[in-house]
Amino acid sequence: MNPLLELTQVGIEFNTAKGSFRALQNVDLKIHKGEYISLIGHSGCGKSTVLNIVAGLLQATEGGVVLNGKEVNEPGPERAVVFQNHSLLPWLSAYENVELAVKQVFRGKKSKAEMKAWIEHNLELVHMTHAMHKRPDEISGGMKQRVGIARALAMEPQVLLMDEPFGALDALTRAHLQDSLMDIQKELNNTVIMITHDVDEAVLLSDRIVMMTNGPAATIGEILDIELERPRNRLQLADDPRYNHYRHQVLSFLYEKQRKTDDNPPATQTRDQAPDSTIIKERHDTRAINTPARQADARGPEQEKLNALKTA
Amino acid sequence: MSIALTQKLSKISWLEPVIKAAQGENRSQNLSIIIKAVGIPLAGIMMFLMIWHAAASGIDTSLGKFPGPADVLLQSKTLISEHISERDKAAAFYQRQNERNADRLAKDPDYKVKIRAYTGKPTYVDQIFTSLITVLSGFLLASLIAIPLGIVIGLSANLYAAFNPVIQIFKPVSPLAWLPLVTMVVSALYVSDNPVVPKSFITSMITVMLCCLWPTVINTAVGVASISQDLKNVSQVLRLSWLTHVRKIVLPAAIPMMFTGLRLSLSIAWMVLIAAEMLAQNPGLGKFVWDEFQNGSSNSLGRIMVAVITIGLIGFALDRMMLLLQRIVSWDKSATLR
Repeated sequence: MNPLLELTQVGIEFNTAKGSFRALQNVDLKIHKGEYISLIGHSGCGKSTVLNIVAGLLQATEGGVVLNGKEVNEPGPERAVVFQNHSLLPWLSAYENVELAVKQVFRGKKSKAEMKAWIEHNLELVHMTHAMHKRPDEISGGMKQRVGIARALAMEPQVLLMDEPFGALDALTRAHLQDSLMDIQKELNNTVIMITHDVDEAVLLSDRIVMMTNGPAATIGEILDIELERPRNRLQLADDPRYNHYRHQVLSFLYEKQRKTDDNPPATQTRDQAPDSTIIKERHDTRAINTPARQADARGPEQEKLNALKTA
Repeated sequence: MSIALTQKLSKISWLEPVIKAAQGENRSQNLSIIIKAVGIPLAGIMMFLMIWHAAASGIDTSLGKFPGPADVLLQSKTLISEHISERDKAAAFYQRQNERNADRLAKDPDYKVKIRAYTGKPTYVDQIFTSLITVLSGFLLASLIAIPLGIVIGLSANLYAAFNPVIQIFKPVSPLAWLPLVTMVVSALYVSDNPVVPKSFITSMITVMLCCLWPTVINTAVGVASISQDLKNVSQVLRLSWLTHVRKIVLPAAIPMMFTGLRLSLSIAWMVLIAAEMLAQNPGLGKFVWDEFQNGSSNSLGRIMVAVITIGLIGFALDRMMLLLQRIVSWDKSATLR
């Protein structure tokens, strides 16, 4: 079977004030229909860049993306994006936000009544019918993200791209939304690429986890197949040795093989290839600030979530 | 008082404690709020009037003493009574004319009725209305040009860079510099035996337009240019057409900035108008001030001072109207408006 989406030798270079900066190189990835892929890696490693290239919002410097036999070179609704910060239009209600997308995608294909039913159906999928006439500033962060997901689903995309969809939410809300998303996936079986920082989220939701090396010139380090049968239940998985094994593999990739420290980091070959030493220095510095927080981030949520579930 | 009406009135911020106090709710606390909200500004005004009175009595001009608050009050009463008597005269004129025409029709059924307009001089109130019409037409014309222009140059960094120097150069130009040019151009181009509106009106309006264009252009452009990348990405992913992009995303996002520009423009328009009317002899408040100055009676300074206060009050009212309009149009009701 041919893959639905194929990234071949994708690389990108940005022109900055300090000269060109290579963010990605040699990214090869094949994704089949119905697969759920997570991209995981330290911040600044180019995960979002990969997603934006697939979305068409950025153009690869070399290599390319082929979706369904057609090259991707501009954004389009067949590659719907769920943005990290929901990106709902603040002057439109939840319904109207989804409506804008539906009207654009199904103009001439659906009647007015069909569109209305379709919008309501998608809001129903994310359990937002009770607040569909509220504006984004009147609903919570989790609800906004639900609407963002409904908007993307309503476009009937061939690939659903999610850029840290639950990154800005608290642990309990995140768990709820992950469960909702698994329910929706069971029904629709979409092809999904999701960026995440959260190891549990990656293992729980994905069919494959794509782990990226640190930038500059980041690329795919390892790919981990998650062979846990669906439907998955987070409580049962918490005691499942396979689940813990997968988590351990991701964690060891992130914190041993791709460790980020401020003093004398183990050189990944790519670091020397960066064109401008000042950039490395700068990135190095931000890393120093990020490191402790990042590590806490990766271990913290798990504990937090378990506590949340125990009390719930 | 009905409950619904009470609730509506309560939304007017300074009335809320008044109503609450009237209803007997927490009387002493509400009274202190009232004193703060109404009493302090009132005290400020009283203080100003006192200083004005003291300073005015010390200034002697060739037209008598500088008018104090009392003179101004007297002159404003005179202006109103002049307006009323002029209106009475006009009414009497039309009544006589109607009676005469009715008489002629009775004698000769084929008589064609001619109605002649009353040609009395415009009163102070008439002049206020002329000024308002002139400023609003100039402002409207400016907005019709400035908003689309601002949107277009806000959408393109290149266009913005191209237009910016021109805008920056014309922005600080005084209306007095434009006026001779505008007068000549209007005289040359607006040639009609039976003009719908007088030339002086067109001249004043165009001068107002030229001066109040810029704040709206700049603020709209900045508002459009600062739309968040996230929203632009949404538009790109949806492949919105240019027009839909502008209508659904750019316009609503830029409205708060646009209104900041419009309010600046309107206040500039009102300031410019007075100067323009003085020189273009458009029968409005500016001409009133000029005529009184040329007239040079002992009442003139008092009457000019009435005009000064009227101009201030109307400027304030115009700004409040724009604010009200912004509240109606803008989606963001939570934004602080001041």
